[in-house]
Amino acid sequence: MSSRCERKARGARALRRVLVVLLASCACACARQGGAPTRAQTQARAGASAAAPLPSPPPEPLPAALTERHVLRVCADPNNLPFSNERGEGLENKLAELVAADLGARVEYTWWAQRRGFFRNTLKAGACDVVMGVPAAFELTLTTRPYYRSTYVFVYRKDEKLDLRSFDDPRLRELRIGVQMIGDDFANTPPAHALANRHILGNVRGFMLYGDYREPNPPARIVRAVARGEVDVAVVWGPLAGYFAPRAATPLAVVPVAPQIDQPFLPFVYDISVGVRRDAQALRDRLDDILERRRPDIDRLLDAYGVPQVKDEG
Amino acid sequence: MAQHSPAAAGPALRGLLLNAITFSLILVAACSRPAPEQPLGPQRAAQPVGGGRVPAFVPADDGQWVMPAKDYASTRFSSLADINTGNAQNLKLAWTFSTGINRGHEAAPVVVNNTMYVVTPYPNILYALDLTQPGAPLKWKFEPNPKAASQGVACCDYVNRGAAYADGRVFFNTLDGQTLAVDAATGKEVWRAQLGNINVGETITMAPLVVKNKVLVGNSGGEFGVRGWLAALDAASGKLAWKAYSTGPDADCLIGPNFHPFYQMDQGRDLGVSSWNQGQWQIGGGTVWGWISYDPELNLIYYGTGNPGPWNPEQRPGDNKWTSGIFARDADTGEARWFYQWSPHDLHDYDGINEQLLLDLPINGQTRKVLVRPERNGYVYVLDRATGEVLSANPFGYVTSTSGVDLKTGRLVYVSEKEPKMGQTVREICPAAPGTKDWQPSAYSPRTGLLYIPHQNLCMDEEGMEANYIAGTPYLGMNVRMYAGPGGNRGVFQAWDPVAGRQVWSIKENFPVWSGALATAGDVVFYGTMDGWFKAVDARPEGQGQVLWQYKCGSGIIGQPMTFRGPDGKQYVAILAGVGGWAGAIVAGDLDPRDATAALGFVNAMTDLPAHTTKGGILYVFSL
Repeated sequence: MSSRCERKARGARALRRVLVVLLASCACACARQGGAPTRAQTQARAGASAAAPLPSPPPEPLPAALTERHVLRVCADPNNLPFSNERGEGLENKLAELVAADLGARVEYTWWAQRRGFFRNTLKAGACDVVMGVPAAFELTLTTRPYYRSTYVFVYRKDEKLDLRSFDDPRLRELRIGVQMIGDDFANTPPAHALANRHILGNVRGFMLYGDYREPNPPARIVRAVARGEVDVAVVWGPLAGYFAPRAATPLAVVPVAPQIDQPFLPFVYDISVGVRRDAQALRDRLDDILERRRPDIDRLLDAYGVPQVKDEG
Repeated sequence: MAQHSPAAAGPALRGLLLNAITFSLILVAACSRPAPEQPLGPQRAAQPVGGGRVPAFVPADDGQWVMPAKDYASTRFSSLADINTGNAQNLKLAWTFSTGINRGHEAAPVVVNNTMYVVTPYPNILYALDLTQPGAPLKWKFEPNPKAASQGVACCDYVNRGAAYADGRVFFNTLDGQTLAVDAATGKEVWRAQLGNINVGETITMAPLVVKNKVLVGNSGGEFGVRGWLAALDAASGKLAWKAYSTGPDADCLIGPNFHPFYQMDQGRDLGVSSWNQGQWQIGGGTVWGWISYDPELNLIYYGTGNPGPWNPEQRPGDNKWTSGIFARDADTGEARWFYQWSPHDLHDYDGINEQLLLDLPINGQTRKVLVRPERNGYVYVLDRATGEVLSANPFGYVTSTSGVDLKTGRLVYVSEKEPKMGQTVREICPAAPGTKDWQPSAYSPRTGLLYIPHQNLCMDEEGMEANYIAGTPYLGMNVRMYAGPGGNRGVFQAWDPVAGRQVWSIKENFPVWSGALATAGDVVFYGTMDGWFKAVDARPEGQGQVLWQYKCGSGIIGQPMTFRGPDGKQYVAILAGVGGWAGAIVAGDLDPRDATAALGFVNAMTDLPAHTTKGGILYVFSL
């Protein structure tokens, strides 16, 4: 990123920071590049004005499964609560049902572990038409307007009375901290980067996000580690913590991390949308309409699953 | 966001790129020229440049090919010479066989007792073809039925690097972490052993090596926080004899009183623990997915370890033992004898798993028992294979990430400006993550004294961040984009003098040369290109790699060529075509060329591959 981009990002309002940083970085890079439109640009819609308009691909009509069979084809992980499981108990299962009902359709699933290659083998392979949760700036899909914004959170035992709120808390140099690992080169969860940037290294323990797929909901292992005292504090994506902390054997605190973004470019807050194939504009528009009309129902759903939401300040 | 399009580049870069494009065009013209119509004249004995030789323990060639590397020294050299520089242009297709699989085919066919054995990528079907019959019809096929879920776990396409034959059995591995022994005559399963656990991301893609009634097998999956190991199974029963980890306490790594690394940096107690931050070694990588060699005289096996993971470099201070290095172990007990770390505290994904050729080379007037390793970090190392001392380390490609190897300390010297830092832009890191050379094995000819190294010429930029999503969790990854290095060609096939430590000739290829190499006593070397050309070139120094013959296969080639004498007494050359692997994932995995950072940034360098080839596994066999 050029310094011009960074200044632009710093000037943005806090509540739009994540998107604006993403978009601004793209806009600068794209302007410099002058080449073909990037994927980030195709995602620019939600944040609107920063990016140039695109030559649009020929629009795909609504999926045949939906129009002819009245089926909403959803790809989802069969073993990853609070998001989804094959018993339909997840937040995204419920959202899929809500959306399908609104479309006068029923839900049909293709199950696939959400690991590397998930989008390639599911949405892109045509096995389904929607994935119920993706980041709003996600480049592998076309996305709806975000239906929630959550944040990474600190999770610790309530009886520890830590009142931990910030990555800059000096106690983080002493506490045993759990973070989740991705494993791709130069890619990890934002808390892992934030701690490394503060040279907090020796007391940090990694938990593979993938976990052991034989266990139920493998990413939840890190929350159990806090309850069992294996680590003093874990930094976890909000929806995962918000669902599993109240179900832990020990009372756990779930506290959004501060800051919301580490300058110059490390956000802990993400907008989540529904993802469709990149040419499925008609379906995306229908979904946008439903998500907006059913806002109160969706909010109730998010609350029921304990999703820590970051509300729009503006 | 570094799209390397001429329109976007600055004037200087644009000039370079235009030159590169022009050069590529010349190159394409050169590559597509017809084979010479006149024979090259009587066969001359090549004058070895370096004067090296294949160790005495390598048996006389019986015309078979029983393991992917041909012999324990991993020479991939055949003494068959019916096909030579004078007649190679007469090579003709003898027969073909479709594997029915569309993934990347990296395996070498194996030939023994007039039967050819071919193992496919996932679902890892083992085919036996009857060479005594016209057209080599299918004798039997064996389907191990690996778990479908392993596809979602495998890092880089669903490859398999081959089977090995010993004592009437064919041994091979499956993507879901099993090793199998199959009766070579009947195709019946003898035993199977579940070694890897796909539920934690562990897969197996390497070809096993059978040494003294033990089947040696290592794991893949460093990207998933897997801890690397090499296991030895009893060839008769499949029971685990020993297992040596690549990280952790000495006891886990089979490091004991007989462990004597040459350099101080590799000496000390429990370095597999202390060279990491607390506990990081438990998910530290160092997987063993490449090649194993064996010296029966020293009774040592040699193999490399993968890069450290899954932490970013700044998150794992220390040398991160025993990743990105090489172990010498007792072939019977697995006990470690020495270790040398190619890339301590690896910064750039330089796995250390490439092949090692065991040769006897004249060094400073003395014949030394050496191990030659064209390493991912860009250097051809010559090591004393008894002690692990580095005798030389010379760059065989364009290297900016390091400035050399300090022969006093044995240490690779990193260039600090090329160190990746989260959120910061670092340009022109060369070689890129796949290294100057990845898994694709080289060959050695004792007739020329040269190594024939198939490799790539790629650099990478790391800049900006990209939102990503896995298992319901958003995160950021660095944008990694790979592109052609200086010259604009992405691949090189190179003749290398391991004694002088210099290139003798090289052929520039448009795409990375992701196939293995085969050297023959006819002074013809073979390799394949990712756009599907199977090539026979002149091995001799004076031949300068002239293309003697080439054949366009149905799909890009990332397999390992081999040669054998058929029941009819003729010499045959075989290659599996079927593009894929990390480099060819854009075709085999139908990746989106707009997704430049897919396949860990490799797609950016390969966006034009789908215009040059399509997927599909076919075995091609040629003869005069």
